[in-house]
Formats: sequence, structure tokens, C-alpha cells
Amino acid sequence: MSAFPELSQLQTQAQAELAEVKDDRQLEAWRIKWLGRKGLVPAAIKKIGSLPKEERAAYGQAVNQLKQAVQAAYEARKQALREEAMAAELRAEGFDPTLPGRRPQVGKLHPVTATMREIIRIFAHMGFQVYTARDVETDEYNFQLLNFPKGHPAREMQDTFHTTIPDVLLRTHTSPGQIRVMRERYPEPIRVVLPGKCYRYEQVTARSEMMFHQIEGLAVGKHITFADLKGTLQAFVEQLFGEGRRLRFRASHFPFTEPSAEVDVDCILCGGKGCRVCKYTGWLEILGCGMVHPNVLRNGGYDPDEWTGYAFGMGPERIAMLLYGVDDIRYFYSNDVRFLAQF
Amino acid sequence: MRVPLSWLKEYVDIPVPVDELIERLTLAGLEVVNTEYIGVLPPASIRHQKQMKPGDVVTGPGRIAWDREKIFVGEVVRVEKHPNADRLTLVTVDYGAGEPLTVVTGAPNLKPGDQGQKVAFATAGAVLIDAYADTFKTKKLKPGKIRGILSQGMVCSERELGISDEHEGIIILPQDAPVGTPLADYLGDVVLDIDVTPNMIRIASVIGVAREVAAILEAPLHIPMPTWQTSPPPAEAYADVEIIDDDLCHRYTATIIRDVQVQPAPFWMQHRLKLVGQRPISNLVDITNYVMFEWGQPLHAFDYDKLLARARRIGRDKVKIIVRRAEEGEKFTTLDGIERVLDKDTLMICDEAGPIAIGGVMGGLETEVSETTRHVLLESAAFEFINVRRTAKKLKLPSEAAYRFSRGVPPELNPIGNVRGAQLMAELAGGNIAEGIVEDYPRPQPVVEVPVTPSDVRRWLGIDLTPKEIIGILKRLEFDIRIQEDEQSPEPIIWATVPWYRLDVTITADLLEEIARIYGYDQIPETLMADELPPQHHNWPYELEEKTRDILVAAGLQETINYSLTSIDNYRKTFPENPEAAPGPEKFITLANPLSQERSVLRRCLGVSALENLQRNLRYTDRMAVFEIGLGYRPEAGDGLLPGEIRLLAIALAGPRRPGHWLPGDEEPMDFYDAKGILEVLFQRLGAWEDVTFRAERAHIFGPKAAGIYLKDEKIGNVGEVHPKVREAFDLGDKPVVLAGLRLDPLIPYIQTRKALQPISEFPPVKEDMAFVVDENIPAGVVEGLIRQTGGMYLKAVQLFDVYRGDPIPPGKKSLAFSLTFQSPTKTLTDKDTAKLRKKIMNRLQREIGAVLREA
Repeated sequence: MSAFPELSQLQTQAQAELAEVKDDRQLEAWRIKWLGRKGLVPAAIKKIGSLPKEERAAYGQAVNQLKQAVQAAYEARKQALREEAMAAELRAEGFDPTLPGRRPQVGKLHPVTATMREIIRIFAHMGFQVYTARDVETDEYNFQLLNFPKGHPAREMQDTFHTTIPDVLLRTHTSPGQIRVMRERYPEPIRVVLPGKCYRYEQVTARSEMMFHQIEGLAVGKHITFADLKGTLQAFVEQLFGEGRRLRFRASHFPFTEPSAEVDVDCILCGGKGCRVCKYTGWLEILGCGMVHPNVLRNGGYDPDEWTGYAFGMGPERIAMLLYGVDDIRYFYSNDVRFLAQF
Repeated sequence: MRVPLSWLKEYVDIPVPVDELIERLTLAGLEVVNTEYIGVLPPASIRHQKQMKPGDVVTGPGRIAWDREKIFVGEVVRVEKHPNADRLTLVTVDYGAGEPLTVVTGAPNLKPGDQGQKVAFATAGAVLIDAYADTFKTKKLKPGKIRGILSQGMVCSERELGISDEHEGIIILPQDAPVGTPLADYLGDVVLDIDVTPNMIRIASVIGVAREVAAILEAPLHIPMPTWQTSPPPAEAYADVEIIDDDLCHRYTATIIRDVQVQPAPFWMQHRLKLVGQRPISNLVDITNYVMFEWGQPLHAFDYDKLLARARRIGRDKVKIIVRRAEEGEKFTTLDGIERVLDKDTLMICDEAGPIAIGGVMGGLETEVSETTRHVLLESAAFEFINVRRTAKKLKLPSEAAYRFSRGVPPELNPIGNVRGAQLMAELAGGNIAEGIVEDYPRPQPVVEVPVTPSDVRRWLGIDLTPKEIIGILKRLEFDIRIQEDEQSPEPIIWATVPWYRLDVTITADLLEEIARIYGYDQIPETLMADELPPQHHNWPYELEEKTRDILVAAGLQETINYSLTSIDNYRKTFPENPEAAPGPEKFITLANPLSQERSVLRRCLGVSALENLQRNLRYTDRMAVFEIGLGYRPEAGDGLLPGEIRLLAIALAGPRRPGHWLPGDEEPMDFYDAKGILEVLFQRLGAWEDVTFRAERAHIFGPKAAGIYLKDEKIGNVGEVHPKVREAFDLGDKPVVLAGLRLDPLIPYIQTRKALQPISEFPPVKEDMAFVVDENIPAGVVEGLIRQTGGMYLKAVQLFDVYRGDPIPPGKKSLAFSLTFQSPTKTLTDKDTAKLRKKIMNRLQREIGAVLREA
């Protein structure tokens, strides 16, 4: 050692500086200075070439020892720093798991969209695909082709927003889509659901809205019966409201179906015993349906002597109100975030 | 239609309890929407609501039970003056048990000296309606002294019994009411309120409901056909009838009743009219109404002397009824005293001097019956229903008569109504009836015969019924049956002749509905469709909508659905710098009958809806991050008649990027780049990102921080920070509000293809930073675009990470620092490789935009 004091000095200095190193960044700077490609230790090694031959062996041994010592010191320091850091990490003073977490901002679907998806999903399993039709309609499609002649009293059931264009109106139901899909698909059999917005000239109250959604279903084929309609809706209701639900088909009247029925489900709140929601009847009306009227089949291009069909329609708002206990339909389109945030 | 059970039972036996009747009617299409129990308790199965106690508020008439032990038919023994009060009397009533009791009453229809009236008598402890409360509140009757005299019960008014609002005097029952009978047995009733669907106008009468009850319950029906006693001279001697416009009036019948006495109708008739919701007026008017509720035939009574006077004024000595269209602009005063201007589609009942009634809608003031009427011309007619509905609507004259006519009254009912009305006028008004009916019947009601077969039933309803079963059901509904056995046909054809009182059955499907309804919908099985599965079709716009919803929800946005209706005013507010550029009314679909001006046109875009939405919500919350997918309605994009319906997306952001938190976070207001970032994610996820550019453009609604969104070179939307004046107009505060709006359909092709997976390289990526100094007016997007174009296949990612202005960068310049990621799929890139690429990029930027590489 003593033969090369400059090497001893280097080692002392390197170790002294290493002792001052406090963190990984300083350690890296130290490493570059001492052990890097252009560092002091490699420089000392390079010097070997400039020495007289006889000194080389001794110098080589010495400088190698230096390198190993410095390297070892470096490794030791690095390990020590790592342990210090871990020890610091494990101290974690002041940690309080009850402080609020950082929440990601999450979005949600509108409850009507969510409900429609649920309904559409159930019918998709039965082979019904989504068909979308227009909102602004003609009197012909909204009424006449659906068997409501002009002036017909059945029109009174659907108060209409008319536009300033003669015979152009906002559709009062999704049913004009029945004609549109039939005219487009003939002569294929049809199994579609038609979701969409509808409009009625009604004062907005807790129970009625001027804008609402409907989902209409239409099946047309050569072997479609009222019994199939009952079976399809029973399957649907059990999927939506739970197995074992009872349905009640009441005779009713819609101009575009015959026979027509209104369908009640046993009250999902009281199970049929009678409560405020079902107005003590034990039943909740959830949809209207029937066999497609021969005139409507004909207007869609299908010969009623060869084809039959059924149609049904329901209001997703009404269903969402039942599923979530919403008692005021106006919540849906006022879009109050305090309402939307709850779904 | 309100139907008292006591009345219904006159025509049909009801072998089931009330609750079962309600259920069976409702299932068969006669929905009982409400039931009133008058003086009797609902059956146990529907006695869901709590029992009434004294002090409870009931919702209206009905709903209290008359205690059989405490409320009776009584007879007035004597009426004396109250010694201490002028307006009160002492009434002693025999109620069939023990000693007659004396009560104090203020009823104006009992006067000292009266005796023998039959009354409703309540003894102590009876629960009645408190007639002096504002609501229908119950109270328990207690004996007490009134002005010093003990009152031991009460003679009751209709209001106290919960029959109606009537409290002018007490009920005076018919003379034959049996004293001592519990009132509940004598007057108790159940009134069913049945919803009448448009095809079932036949049930807007008690007899009509009775027929249905008989068919549904297979119960015996006994409807008495009305008969009359007449005397000469015949009706023809008094009047002629001529229908000119027989397309609008199919039959007109008239009878003459002479020498009537106008007075109140008897108790039973008034009582029934009240139960069905009709106010009694006089015997003549009440009889016309009664026949309407009984048979469904609206009648109109003219004062014959007034008709004759009109005829004589123009030199005729006989009345002639003429049914014709009004002349355009013809004027006529209806019996409510209002002068109406008519058009040529209004059907008028006239005489030779001019109009006397609007057909099926309302009579005229001049010829209406009054207290002095002696002779009556009674009209019973059938009109074309659509025209009556139009007229009643146009003149805003809804009435029970117009309601029935506007849904169809069968002509065959006309003479029945006439005979019944005349007979009642003879019985109850002392009139005598002229012989026969005068009529014109130019369009006889057709006899309709409709075929049905067992295979129709199977094909349509999915049930197997034998011909015998089908015939059995149709016979219950009073169809006449003829069977056609045909050698070619494998099954008999059942021909059903529709009863005259039904106008709603014309085709086989109508019969199938009747068969299903009476067979019972609940008896039809539930089956799964055996039909072939139709070909499946994509609905790309819908699939794109749904995918977009999912992406935006995952990006932290709340979905909203706003009204499609808005106002032109709100549109104008979005043109703060040039209101003249706002779309005019011709650019909107406008409602002819809006509910309010705020919702009078269909929206063209969703941005205005979003602003309306923020306006409402920023009152309750300081952070909104919402989107909507919906239609915009654009007349100019349509087919000339119907508007184009454009599928749109809108995004609206306002408030802090993250809500306040105990940890230091980003509470700065969201700005342009928040919206842009969401759009970047959206386009990326839809696979369209490489074709999207944002170009510096400023639509009317925005301030300077805005851009046009382009898909290749097609503009599909805008994004930007809303102009401060727009914010002010919508009351949105002074923090930035960011809006984005775009058309979705141009993105459809991107979801129709799937991109093949890019192989993942085994070799290490190399990151290189490069900063360029460029002129201030050169957009970062241009710089980035050039880098991407030049970087070649090894350039995998370009990320702008710093924008710097100021020393040492010269004024008018900025420094843009990018992090570039290079990677090869086949080798480890060397320093040399990347240095070459850096140089190539630098040269290109230098050459094309004068960029200078900024040395680190």
C-alpha cells in the first residue's frame, strides 16, 4: 500500500465523501465521480499503462484492491441507504386511515337509459333487436296507418303536439315505428324492440310528462299467437321483477291491436296485499299489448291471412319509478344532479 | 260511466259478490276505475283502507256505512215551532221502534204543521258526515240540547249521509218507503265507475253494462222493451221530418207528447241521476237524461208550441224538421245563451224558419223546454260520429249527449229511445202521446255478418276451441249464428250476425277479440314463440350511441336527458356578438300548440339544452360534468316535409376539476383542455383518433378558447369555453363553462371495422426528448403532426410535455418540448439509429416551419 500513497489517499477521500452521501441521487453522483466510466477509480486504473513495466504488477494489484474496496464501500452504502429508506417508510407517523380517500370522478347512465338497457337486454335474449324510428312524424304514420282515422275518438286518448306544418306532429307513441320497420323488412319475419322518445300535450305533473320514453315490441311471423304474447311477457316480467311474479291480462282497447290487453303485475311492493303504490288493488299496470290489427299488418305490407303478429309497449319511466321508488316523474328530465347521483 | 248496482240489477241477475263482479268486469275490458259505497261497507276483500272513525276525512261522497241499528226510514208524526228559535223546528219521527223521538232541525223543507213525510232518521250514536265541516269529515251523533230542547236524533240531508254535496234540506223519501227499514237496505248502494274505451260506447248506459254482465257471468238478462199508450191524432199531424244531408244524419225520429206538466221528477229518478252524476232539473229534462243513461240514446225535447209559432211566423201551419249542414258563417244561439258562428261542416237541426239545434251537440235557446212548456217534440236521432266529435270539439261543447253521438249511436236505437222517453213523459209529466213516430231513415243500419272458424281462433289466439265452444261464447254476447258447412272446407265456418246495438264488430279480428275476452285472457296459456327466428340486423347508430355512452361514463361524465323542446329566445342568447346570425323561425320545427313559450320549438342542437341544464343545476352544485346523446331537428336537412333528425352528442363541464379535498389536488376550474381530453379518449376508443384534428375556429357560442372538430376534412363539431356573455345570459357565474357538441353518425364507419392487433415488441423502447423553438402562431398540432410524419415506423409515441415562453426564448416565439418513444419490432435501437431519426425530424421542422432545436 505504502508503495502507492496516492491510491491510499484516493481511497480515504472516496470513503470520506461516501460517508456524506445522504440519498440515492447523491449516491449516483458519487458513483459517477468515482466509479463511472470517466471516474477517478477507472482513471487510476488507466494509469497503469504509463508506468514502467516492473511497477505495473504491484500497481495493478494495489489499484485493483482500491477498486474492490471502493466498490464494496459503494455497495454497503447503497444497502444502508435502502434500509434507511425502508425504515423511514415503515415509520409512517401521522397516518390516519379514516381520512377520506381520493375518489376517481365516475360517471353514470341516466336512470331511464339504464332501465331501457335492462329491458332491451332481456328482450335481446328472446331474439328481439333494436330498431330506431324517427321522433317527428306525419299524421299518417302516427295515426292513420295505425287504424286511427282522422276524427276518430280513439285519438282522444293521445293528446298531440302538432307542428305548424300541416299533418306533421311529434309522435305520441313509438308505434309508428311498427309501420316503418314492417315496410322496411317485408317479407322477413320481424322481432324488434323500438325504444324512443314520445310527446303528449299534457300538463306536466308528478304523474304525467309532456316528454317520455316508450319501448315497443313487435313480432310478426306466420305462427305468432296471443298465447306467445303472454308467454313472452311472462318471461320478461320474471326477468325484470323477479321469478314467480304474477301477470294479469285485462281486455282493453288500442286501435292498432286486436285483441288488446293491458297488463298488470302483482304489486312489487306489497306482493298483492294492497298498498298506497298499487292503490290497494294489489296490481300495477305496466304495459299495453295485443295482436297486431289486420289493417296495420296490411298497412305494413303483410297479408293478415298469412301473417300474424303481436305488439306491446311500456314506459321505462314508469318501470324505473317502480324499481327505484320514484314518486315524481318530473325528476327524470329536470336532470337535478341530486337525483341523478342516486342511481 | 257511473253505474249504480241497484239500477243494474233491474236488468240482470248478479250471482256474484261485488268484489268478484268488479274483478270480472275489469278483466273483460270494463275497467272499474273507482267504486263508491253508499251507506254500505265495501266487501272484506277490498276493505283495505282503515275503517272510518268519527273525525276521519273521507275523500268524497260515499265511504260511510249507515249503521243498520241506528239509521232508519222514518215518518214525520208532527212538526212544531221551536219555542226559542225562529229558524228551527221540532220534528217528531216514528222510526218503527218504540216511541217516536223528537229532534231539532233547521231544515227548510219541513214546516210546522207538516206530517207524513218519509225521512232518513238517525238515532244517537250513528256516524254521519259533519255537514258543517269543509271536508267530508265524519262525526258521531250525540243527543244534546239545542236552544233548550233535547234533540234525540237527526233527520238527515244527502250530505250528512254521504250521498252527495246537497245540504239545502233533508232527504224526503218516496211515500211508499217502509218505516223502520234500515236505511242501508232501502237506499244503500254501490256505484261502479267504469272506464269506457272508445270501442265500447255501448256500455255508456246501464242496459249496455247489463248486457256485458250477463255475457261475462252467464247470468239471465231481462231488459223490458218499452211500450206506450198513444192517442190520436197521429204524430204526422204535428210535424214532418226530412234529412237533407244523410251522410251526417242517418236517422231522425220524433214523437209528440201533449199536455205535459213541468215539475220536478220523482225521487227515484232524481236519485238515480244524482248517482250517475247528473244534476236533476225538471221532469222533462230529467227524462231525456234518464233514457240516455238507461239505454244510451240521447234525446232532445223541443217546446212544440215554440216550433209551431216559428212555423206560423213564416206562414206554415205545421212544423217541419229539416236536417242539413249549416251555411258558412251562419249564426245560432245555443241554449247556454251564447251565439255561435257555424261552418258548412256543422250539422244543424232546422225548421223552415232556420236552425233550432246543433245536431248531436246542443239545442237552441229559442225552442228549449221551460216551465211553461205544454207540448213536446221529442227527438231521437243518429249522427255520423266523426262529424259530431269535430263539431263538439270545435265549439268546445262537450256534453254527455255529444260524447255518445261522437262514438256512435246505432240508428236502430232511435225508436226505442223515443218510445221510452214518451212513455216516461206520459207517466211522470201527465202527458198523452200522439200516435206513431215521424221519421226519416235514409240510411238503414246494415246487418253485419262476420265469419270465424276454429282455425282462425287457433292461428290468432293460440287456443283450440270447438265450434260449439265458439258458438256458445258468441251467443252469450247475443250474436245470431249461422253455420256454413262446406265440402271443400275441412271445418265449418261460423257466421255471426252482430247485435244491432253494436257498431264495433265488422271483421273476424273483432270476433276473435270478443271470443278471447269472454273465454278469459287468463285462460289462454303462456307459450314460447315457435316461429322461426328472423334474420338479425345491425343497428349501427344505436350501437354507436351505446358505445359512446359507455366511454363517456367511464370518463367520469354523468348522462343527462333533456327536453327536446326549447325556445328560439334561448338560441338567440348563444349569439352574443351577432344576434342577427341566430337561426330564424324557418330553421325550427315549431309547435302549433305549445304548453309554454319556453318549450315551443324542437332543438337544433344539444348545446342549448346543456346550458339550460347547467342553469338549473348550478344552483345546487358547483361541479357539473355531464353529457347527452339525442337528436337535433333540422328542417333544412329533411325530406321537405319531415325534418332531418341528427344524432348528436353534447358534453358540458363547469366547476373544479376535482372537488375540494384534504389532500392538495387540482381544484382549478375545468377548461377547454378537459373537454378536449375527454374527446381524445372518445375518439381513441372509437378508433377514429388518427383521423381527428382540432382546428382553431370559433363558433358563435364560444369565446376565444375554442376549436372546430374535424374528421379527416369533414367538420363534425365544436368544442370551447362558452362566451362570457352567454354565461351571463344563462346565469352561469363567472367561472369557465366548457361545451362540446358533435354529430355522431360520421363515426359509424369506425365501429364497423375492427383493428388488427399490433404485435408487441420484445425490444426495449428508447425515450428521447426534443424541444423546438417555433413562432407563436404555429399550432402545437402542426408540430406534432410533422414529427409523426417524419418519425417513421420506429416512432411509437409523441407526447408534448412542456410549453415554455420567456427568457431565453425570444419574444414572439415559444418552446415546445416533446417526449418521443422509438422502438423497433426486430432489434434493439442504437444511439446511432435514434440520432439519425432526431436529425431527420429536426431538419424537416427547420425546413417547413423554421423550428430551431433547443439544446438542453
